[in-house]
Amino acid sequence: MRTDSLNKRFFSWVFNLNPLTALTALGLVIFSLILVVSLAAPIVAPYDPLEQNILNRLQGASSDHWLGTDVFGRDTLSRILHGAQISLVIGLTSTGIALVAGTGLGIVAGYYGGWTDIVLMRLMDILLAFPTLITGLLIVAVLGTNPINIVIAIAITLLPNFARVARAPTITLKEREFIESCRALGYSDIRIMGVHILPNVIGEVVVLASLWTASAIMIEAYLSFIGLGVAPPTPTLGGMIRQGLENILDTPWVTIYPGFAVMFIVLALNLIGDGVRDAIDPKAGGRS
Amino acid sequence: MAGFILKRILSSVPTLFGVLTLVFLLVRVVPGDPALAILGDNASEQALQAFREQMGLNEPIWQQYLSFLAQLASGSLGNSMVTGDPVFGAVLKVLPHTLQLTVFALFIGVIFGVPLGIWSALRRDTWVDYTCRLVSLVGISFPSFLIAIVLILLFAIEIPLFPVISNPEDTVASSLYNLVLPGMSLGLIMTAFVMRTARSSYLNVSSEDYIRTAKSKGTPRHIIIFRHALRNALIPIVTVVGLYMGLLIGNSVLTEIVFNRPGLGKLIVLSLNLRDYSMLQGLMIVYAFMVVLVNLITDLTYGLFDPRVTYS
Repeated sequence: MRTDSLNKRFFSWVFNLNPLTALTALGLVIFSLILVVSLAAPIVAPYDPLEQNILNRLQGASSDHWLGTDVFGRDTLSRILHGAQISLVIGLTSTGIALVAGTGLGIVAGYYGGWTDIVLMRLMDILLAFPTLITGLLIVAVLGTNPINIVIAIAITLLPNFARVARAPTITLKEREFIESCRALGYSDIRIMGVHILPNVIGEVVVLASLWTASAIMIEAYLSFIGLGVAPPTPTLGGMIRQGLENILDTPWVTIYPGFAVMFIVLALNLIGDGVRDAIDPKAGGRS
Repeated sequence: MAGFILKRILSSVPTLFGVLTLVFLLVRVVPGDPALAILGDNASEQALQAFREQMGLNEPIWQQYLSFLAQLASGSLGNSMVTGDPVFGAVLKVLPHTLQLTVFALFIGVIFGVPLGIWSALRRDTWVDYTCRLVSLVGISFPSFLIAIVLILLFAIEIPLFPVISNPEDTVASSLYNLVLPGMSLGLIMTAFVMRTARSSYLNVSSEDYIRTAKSKGTPRHIIIFRHALRNALIPIVTVVGLYMGLLIGNSVLTEIVFNRPGLGKLIVLSLNLRDYSMLQGLMIVYAFMVVLVNLITDLTYGLFDPRVTYS
């Protein structure tokens, strides 16, 4: 029932463009563009991101190097493209893992209630008791800085958000008649949660997912800025910004360009997230 | 009131206890032998043994856990494994810098964010509103180190008004002078967050029946805005400010790195590099404690704005 109306509202929104949905569409266009270009980085990047050229170090923008070169003479544009690829892959997979695990935990907590609920949500509270970045920092430090561990760390910091969003509607849903009748028919709990509750919860979760992908990408950039991202020489946006910072007085663009790359990715995701949320929640219509 | 505070603190005891246990376990699974990391590869086996003995690293884990709790109960966070100085003292030395930074950012965020958000709501669906919304959306998308770098380029290098490296001394003037750029870099992001919340919260309130009643009674506009609408719109704003305060405390580590400014964030990165487990443990506890404290203050602030909130 709920998903039906969600879908209807979603489509009516797509066909009724106004200035703000135009912004959402812009976000979608920017994001798709960045996604395609960065995933195709090995093909479209003009240079090898690791190829050093000491004679050409810290060059400004030119027809050879559109965004200049860094302290080792590496092409900034190529490094940004490869770095964005890492940001996007890590951001999307960690949000995906957090979405699956968090939604599952939230539904289980809400459905069973009682001790299961108390224990699970207390665990989430404990995770929320630390500033997100600090949790990520410590988990990466504990596990080590390879890409899989970074994905796990970011997923853990996002997990409580998904669990909370999924739990709230589950609590009201489980009292509804159609769930009662499922029980009367003797369906297993797993079947009820997976087939009957999940589809009614997933809409809200997915809407927020794009906003949390934005924060996942931000955390990845922060971690690599601190030095806990994917290890050099692999280019990461945060790592490039940190390295450029050392020569900020003479060659500020080396640190500025990757910084704006992060900003554009996050901005595109926020535009999408805002638009979709407004479209689906008529009460928030243009209010958030 | 006192009863409420006590109850609130008691209710966060299980969470805090969980936090302590998690911190203890996390720090113990950090890879690498702390004795080796601190004494170096050239240390003799005897020296390593003596260090482990001294730090209690040879004891079974449950015994380490008990002494960890006992130590906390006596109000101590232990001593740094590297310098041997009390962790609490090291934290106290840098804590004011981080607090100044976050409070300054919070102040900027509220001073600019609330009026801009309400202006945007009052001019809903006009170019003012669209501009405010776009600017705030760009604001929350700005990585905090990027804002810091842009501010340095503009106001420390192009127009050399403020220092590139924020190294506050003991005087109030010096502290403030060194706080402006780092504080603004976090404050602008906070402004964007507050603006968005203030706008949506004000719009929610302004469609309430009591606002319509006030309008139809002919109540002057400024009284409707300030007395009836704003006051009711403040509660969600306070909630969000509290929530982002926790975010700010964490993100201050980035600002501290860019401005080379002392603070909790610099300390935690340093102790990660040095594998100073006891310092890490202490810092995590301090962070968690601060977040819990901010939540408590948020709850108490509700009562200031909303007389319907009672603390019993």
